[in-house]
Amino acid sequence: MILVALIAVLFIGGLLAWASERLNPEYPRLIALLAVMLDIVLMFGLLGGDSSAVWLVNIQTDWMPRFGISFHLAADGLSVLLLLLTGFLGVIAIGSAWSEITEKTGFFYFNLLWTLAGVLGVFTALDLFLFFFFWEVMLIPMYFIIAIWGHENKNYAAMKFFIFTQVTGMLMLVSILMLAYLHYIQFDMFSFDYFDLLKVTTSGPLEMVIMLGFFIAFTTKLPSFPFHSWLPDAHSQAPTAGSVILAGVLLKTGAYGLIRFAVPLFPEASMQFAPVAMTLAAISILYCAKVAFAQTDIKRLIAYTSVSHMGFVLLGIYAWNEQALQGAVMTMLAHGLSAAALFMLAGGLQHRIHTRDMNNMGGFWVKVPRMSAVALFFSVAALGMPGLGNFIGEFLALLGAFKANIPIAVISSFGLILASVYSLWVIQKIFHGEYRNTDLDDDHFHDLDRRELAYFGLMMVGLVWMGMYPQSFLDLSQDALEGLLTGSQNVVIVTAAK
Amino acid sequence: MTMTLADLIPLAPLLIVTITAVVAMLFVGIHRNYAITAMISVGGLFVAAVVAVVMMGGVNQQITPLLIIDQYSLFFTIVVCAAAMFVAIFSYSYFLNLDDDKEEFYLLLVVATIGAIVMVSSNHFVSTILGLETLSMALYGMVAYPLHSKESAKYPLEASVKYLVLSAVASGLILFGMALIYAQTGTLAFTSVTNLLAPATEGLSDNYTIIALLLISAGMAFKLSLAPFHIWTPDVYEGAPLPATAFLATIGKAGMFVVLLRFVETSNALEFGSVVTVFSLIAIISILAGNLLALLQDNLKRILAYSSIAHMGYLLIAIIASYSAAGTISIEAVTFYLLAYVIMSLGAFGVASVVSSSENELDSINDYQGLFWRSPWMATVFTGMLLSLAGIPLTVGFIGKFYIFLAGVESSLFALLVALVLGSGIGLYYYLRIIYRMLLPIDGVAITSIDSTNTIGSYGVLSILFLLLIVLGVYPAPVMTIIEAISAYI
Repeated sequence: MILVALIAVLFIGGLLAWASERLNPEYPRLIALLAVMLDIVLMFGLLGGDSSAVWLVNIQTDWMPRFGISFHLAADGLSVLLLLLTGFLGVIAIGSAWSEITEKTGFFYFNLLWTLAGVLGVFTALDLFLFFFFWEVMLIPMYFIIAIWGHENKNYAAMKFFIFTQVTGMLMLVSILMLAYLHYIQFDMFSFDYFDLLKVTTSGPLEMVIMLGFFIAFTTKLPSFPFHSWLPDAHSQAPTAGSVILAGVLLKTGAYGLIRFAVPLFPEASMQFAPVAMTLAAISILYCAKVAFAQTDIKRLIAYTSVSHMGFVLLGIYAWNEQALQGAVMTMLAHGLSAAALFMLAGGLQHRIHTRDMNNMGGFWVKVPRMSAVALFFSVAALGMPGLGNFIGEFLALLGAFKANIPIAVISSFGLILASVYSLWVIQKIFHGEYRNTDLDDDHFHDLDRRELAYFGLMMVGLVWMGMYPQSFLDLSQDALEGLLTGSQNVVIVTAAK
Repeated sequence: MTMTLADLIPLAPLLIVTITAVVAMLFVGIHRNYAITAMISVGGLFVAAVVAVVMMGGVNQQITPLLIIDQYSLFFTIVVCAAAMFVAIFSYSYFLNLDDDKEEFYLLLVVATIGAIVMVSSNHFVSTILGLETLSMALYGMVAYPLHSKESAKYPLEASVKYLVLSAVASGLILFGMALIYAQTGTLAFTSVTNLLAPATEGLSDNYTIIALLLISAGMAFKLSLAPFHIWTPDVYEGAPLPATAFLATIGKAGMFVVLLRFVETSNALEFGSVVTVFSLIAIISILAGNLLALLQDNLKRILAYSSIAHMGYLLIAIIASYSAAGTISIEAVTFYLLAYVIMSLGAFGVASVVSSSENELDSINDYQGLFWRSPWMATVFTGMLLSLAGIPLTVGFIGKFYIFLAGVESSLFALLVALVLGSGIGLYYYLRIIYRMLLPIDGVAITSIDSTNTIGSYGVLSILFLLLIVLGVYPAPVMTIIEAISAYI
């Protein structure tokens, strides 16, 4: 029931937030904050339960019995980690919208909460129909967030985001239906349940085609080269809170889908496909890091670095051994925090000086020292400085990938160098040098206030914790990942190097 | 064959609607009153729908060779009556200020409903033609209704004549096809044309059957506005007054599609490879042409016209799938999608007709700028309907699309599924365009205030449709069970 409550709180909170705007435009954000806080408390309730079983909670009731579709939610360690990330970034997103969003606040927080609800659904659904349902549900409110509160080119960006994810989503729907139909042929009944579909035997080109349906949908969301072109547009146009959710949480649904569904459902096809997927990952890492370097729009730059970092996730997943998977999960968590923080800094800059163009920036350290220090911290985190979460993730992913495919792992590791180049370059360009306020509208260019310092501080603590004591996160996801690894028999099981 | 009084009982919904038409006509003859005429029509349609619901339990009977009253036809009788009732409610506020006699619109509407009920209960060529022509004749009048109104900005006469001429051609094609089938089978009932193939000496040859089937399909495709027989659709949709467009787009299409479904299933027309090929081509062209052409439009009615072409294409996929899919899944797909289509189209046209009136029709998408901030409930309903047409979850349109996909996957119709994915992707663009327009800040020229006292009924109907849209989108299991049960009767 606790999972149903998690999702229901956000759906109902969203409706309440929308309705409460009539009373007072201040209420929606309070209600949103309360709803997400309540969810976080519930999530800790999940951790407190019996931790010996792989599935901490599991709830299943009939939904559409005609097609064997059930309302099946469950959470294991992997889901719980991502749920916590969603809850945490939900609070951060509300914090970043607190003073930025002043128009139509009710509808904004409604959309924010419904997006989060959809994401929680994605991370817990174990019925593929239900999964697809939530997968699409999180899109519409995100579309609204970009289309209403976005910047100058919001219509184009919102439309592109929606069409990319929706069309590839439909390919996944076809794949899901083919899988369900194979179940119907083999077991004489329809089922969309994850555990039932795991039993379906597929092989040959058919398996590959079905797997590709999932793969394309998930790598579009991740995103990975060549399906990444929606991301820079969506990010540069979205309001800060939208970027935080998008980079921090929505991208992770793609990675989660690969780990939970694409590989375990089709182990053979995935093994055959792994070199291609890892090559795409390497291209994402290097190519998008290079492209990031060429940007002048700061949000586009961060967006491209996101694609680059997500390449490590894809690399880790298709290496498909425990270290690589742990690395992928750690990267997801750490990138969730660091990218969200960077987008908030970019959003904060834009809010203050009304531009995202880095050519107009320079020497900001003098003007806003606290902001600059924070930016330096998160840039260094993003480039993979040992001692912070991103390093652990990318290191483990590369280590695992090295066992699976040495050339690709070696090439990919150059991404770390490129990451240092663009991260430091950004810091140098924006914050160092002499402050020239020629074309800049800097009347409101003030340093971070207490509220902002508080949530940046929280995120810093998170990253340091991940970097210094990663075991607390690895322990949580270990059982779940081991289960997935042993489940796919044809894959070499690499035991954990504890 | 003699008819007894007992035979009339299963015909109750049809008879009630007929009586409604007569009563309304007599009333208008004695004393013209717009509100009371509207009430008589709405009341009659409501009673007919309720009676059909009550009869859903057990009646399964062939009444004369012409009409079959079974669970399936009763289900669509309910849909048709309810939809006609909703259209009647929308038209009340729409025609309120028409500077001409406006009571007769309800007569036409009720008569058209009679035609639609006959069509959904038909398994005989004679009743098909009777129903089709009753429906079409009344629709010509409905499309041309504001003809004498001086303030009517649209082109009702052009639309009506266009519809009349092309519809007559289509009826001619269907009749010729029926004649050829009659020459083959010696009966006008929908019977299998494939069983007769074995004795080649009897009747005409195979090729005549194929030609007959193609003629009938072409005629029906005209009425369903499937590409390449769709040319009339946008003009007629645009020129007609909104309630007439809504009626044509929902009840007209649903009635015809039920006939097509029954005909194809009973006659085993899909045993012929060439028929399958033609159907597949029509489906692909409709999906792509409908969606691509809709991209170019700025007029809401034309966008919905082109999108309806695409939706009919989606439905045709399920019909084609019925040949090889196991069980009744594709019939269920057609049934559910038709139900979904009626709900969402009616909702979309309903919103447009609430904000419009006969002398000021708001059908450019620019007119909807800022609707979200001006009239949030209308905009929410409209957004829901458009997202449903686009097939987004939480709405009934998604479940409908799910059915179509499932039917297509079961029959391995991958070319058609690719068209469906592409079409849906393109479709998103123009649906989102309308939604985006509603999200923009209010602009001075947009919609004038909505008169809330006269549109209260329409608001109620839209709320019901929106509720159906969500409930059937989130918890469709009960309706799925009903549809599974009734689909066995086809």
